[in-house]
Amino acid sequence: MIKARITVTLKNGVLDPQGKAIEHALTAMEFGGVGSVRQGKVFDVELAESDRAKAEADLKAMCDKLLANTVIENYQVEIA
Amino acid sequence: MKSAVVLLPGLNRDRDMIAALTKISGKAPVTVWETDTEIPDVDLIVIPGGFSYGDYLRCGAIAARMPVMRAVAEKAAKGVQVMGVCNGFQILLETGLLPGALMRNQSLKFVCREVKLRVETANTSFTRQYQPGQVIRTPVAHHDGNYFADPDTLARLEGEGQVVFRYAEGTNPNGSINDIAGIVSAKGNVLGLMPHPENLIEDAHGGSDGRALFVGALGLPDTQPAHA
Repeated sequence: MIKARITVTLKNGVLDPQGKAIEHALTAMEFGGVGSVRQGKVFDVELAESDRAKAEADLKAMCDKLLANTVIENYQVEIA
Repeated sequence: MKSAVVLLPGLNRDRDMIAALTKISGKAPVTVWETDTEIPDVDLIVIPGGFSYGDYLRCGAIAARMPVMRAVAEKAAKGVQVMGVCNGFQILLETGLLPGALMRNQSLKFVCREVKLRVETANTSFTRQYQPGQVIRTPVAHHDGNYFADPDTLARLEGEGQVVFRYAEGTNPNGSINDIAGIVSAKGNVLGLMPHPENLIEDAHGGSDGRALFVGALGLPDTQPAHA
């Protein structure tokens, strides 16, 4: 069993209205010095697979084909 | 001319779309489900609006991976006209039949109101009943209509005349780049748009500006011109 965490974030230059709203809220809550907030997604995936290289290739394919929209998002795969 | 409407769990504009196609063409469209792998021979396939699969993951992301969308892609490759409205537009983008992405509205608010659209080109089967530059009324109702494409894609869309509808007169409801409301594929047979032309096709709707889009796409003679 392999456990992996996939983090999907918006690419630089892609406007993130939700991140902006959170940033404004934090500032309104008087947390000082909040320069910028970008919102993303986290997926924890368990794979019935023992070969790490195969798991990594599969996880990347999952990101490319479904978990991330590579027009606007980057992803990062971390295997525990 | 025959049409088909794609049905997916969570869509809610399918009835309006079926009513519009039936009223305008005089023939009810065939309906296909998300698990169907084949679509009958039709001239126009429509993916209506709504919230397929609850907008989980990203709007249209799950629907785009359903078997019916492979069948839609095969038909599109053969030149069959495909139109996606609202969630249907999002699904076409997620399927890769159109370029770019639709993001959360800049205001973060769901917008449900009427906007003005400028018809940028009459050079598509969908818009040939309009005049280029004509401004029409249409309702919008969406939370994720903020069109985005990388600079190269955007330049290509603009350069090749693939931007078909633009929000006009300062009515951009979502922050969409270049005020883009609707685009067609490079071959011109796949159209995606956020507004709902199916909700403005007869006087009972308060106007019929959307009717000409269906008349054009269905290849019908313009028997009932839109009221000014």
